[in-house]
Amino acid sequence: MKKLLIFALLLFIGFEILTVLADVPFGEDRMNVSKFYLEKSPAELKVANVVTAIVVNFRGFDTLGEVTVLFLAAAGIGSILYRRRSVHTGLNPKRTSTEASSIVQAGAKVLFPLILLLGAYVFVHGHLTPGGGFQGGAIIATGFLLKLISYRKFSVKHSTVTWVESLAGIVFVVLGLLGIVYGGTFLENFLPAGELNSLISGGVIGIIYVAVGFKVGSELTGVLDTLLNISQDEETQ
Amino acid sequence: MSSTLIVITLISLFFLIVAGIYAIVKKDLLQAVIATGLISLVLSILFFILQAPDVALTEAAIGIALSTIIFVLAIRNTKRFED
Repeated sequence: MKKLLIFALLLFIGFEILTVLADVPFGEDRMNVSKFYLEKSPAELKVANVVTAIVVNFRGFDTLGEVTVLFLAAAGIGSILYRRRSVHTGLNPKRTSTEASSIVQAGAKVLFPLILLLGAYVFVHGHLTPGGGFQGGAIIATGFLLKLISYRKFSVKHSTVTWVESLAGIVFVVLGLLGIVYGGTFLENFLPAGELNSLISGGVIGIIYVAVGFKVGSELTGVLDTLLNISQDEETQ
Repeated sequence: MSSTLIVITLISLFFLIVAGIYAIVKKDLLQAVIATGLISLVLSILFFILQAPDVALTEAAIGIALSTIIFVLAIRNTKRFED
């Protein structure tokens, strides 16, 4: 009886949603602002990747908010879960109960620099190819994750992570403030636009994305290191 | 879309649904988490086919690697099986 009632309710909700959505034309271009973005970003900003132009330039303030949200999440996890490393040995307590096999370790040794290179490529070329600061930072964090789970001894220094993260955030905000000084509004693109499809183009967009890449990469790496440390702390108790 | 792309899309959608149902039904949480990772993998392929490579990159890095490992760590500190 109860299941029948739930099924009838779901059917009713589905029917209602269907009747509302049936009138909406699918895939039709109804927004004028998208045309504006598509015309303006290659022509004036000289940014080949329109998504990057929207995320960092037209809606740069939103991106600053997203970076702040990520920072607050990482800071919250760190403040709740972070434990100091053992005072007696000076080493991190063992991270996994057994050592990873030599195949995994050798593979991690080979793949780690390549993954870092890919991440750096993705965020340096954020205004030319798909991807950008968030994607590149996440790729770098996966590289560190591979290293962290394959080697017991490997650990990231939390002071370094904090420094990199803070410097990248400061670069972002200072570029926004320089936009007020030279351009008139916060995060105004005040540097010369350069030439379309070249590495140095798009003004502040490339610099901001490099900063975002460093910030996201260091934040996610710090979160993963904290989580891995907490899990073996519980085991030793 | 060409016909091969449509075939790949349909196969991906099939795997997506099967992995989703498996993740819901399975009592072993570790297997369910691996199934969610599989969903992310298929989803990133689908994003790439649908010409959203930015989203595909994000899904590949965060969905497959980071969130899966965070779930695995959470399971390691708790019980593996659902009651």
